Amino acid sequence: MSFTIRKQGEIVVVDVEGQLIVGNRQELKQKVLDELEKGEKRFLIDFSQTGYIDSSGLGVLVSLSKKIREQGGELRLANLNDDLKTLFELTKLDTLFQISDSRERALESF
Amino acid sequence: MGQMRVALEVLIPSDVQEIERVVELVQHECRQLKIEPEKCSLNVPVALTEALSNAILRGNREDSSKRVRVRASVSKSGDKLVVDVIDEGTGFDLPSSTLNCTTPENIMREDGRGLYLMQCLVDRVEQFVDGGNTVRLTVQRG
Repeated sequence: MSFTIRKQGEIVVVDVEGQLIVGNRQELKQKVLDELEKGEKRFLIDFSQTGYIDSSGLGVLVSLSKKIREQGGELRLANLNDDLKTLFELTKLDTLFQISDSRERALESF
Repeated sequence: MGQMRVALEVLIPSDVQEIERVVELVQHECRQLKIEPEKCSLNVPVALTEALSNAILRGNREDSSKRVRVRASVSKSGDKLVVDVIDEGTGFDLPSSTLNCTTPENIMREDGRGLYLMQCLVDRVEQFVDGGNTVRLTVQRG
């Protein structure tokens, strides 16, 4: 499991490879907060290479979304597979996040 | 539990880094039983990750001298997988500890989705104390 962060224009894009779970969620949180501290405002997390997410991973997404909004920024999500869509629907987090079917659509949506 | 065969039994230290390895072992059993693919790729791994992280973080409080036992049993007919996650804690009351994380007052919380998700994702979740605090997850094929 790993996280790759790169800039696409004004947007910080994070790829989550493997699982986003209790054992690695702090690493994702810290990486995004570091970028936020540097002044970045627009964030996209791409889940195209993600297996599953547990409740602590979902919790980190909620927490990051709040912190980014407090700084006047925005966190959006892309490429949830059917399993991940089910998780977001069960927890109603699909109502909290703007979720795109592709990275391109997500980047255009900012 | 009826006629069951123990397919897997592991003892792990109270370290969340151990979770993924154990989940992969149980996922393998799930696939062997030909349980539906989405249950093997989502329901079982997420529910088990929740049970294991509760056992390590809450049950054993990450005490390195304590262990978590995971036992996966399969019904004789091969259509049911039962996973017991046993920690050395004092246990908890499942119904009163479960939060509805979808309500407007809870949806923005960072925590509190684990037990809710566990119960959404598998056919049955039981909690009892029997030689350790046990959370039992039951997954049925079909």
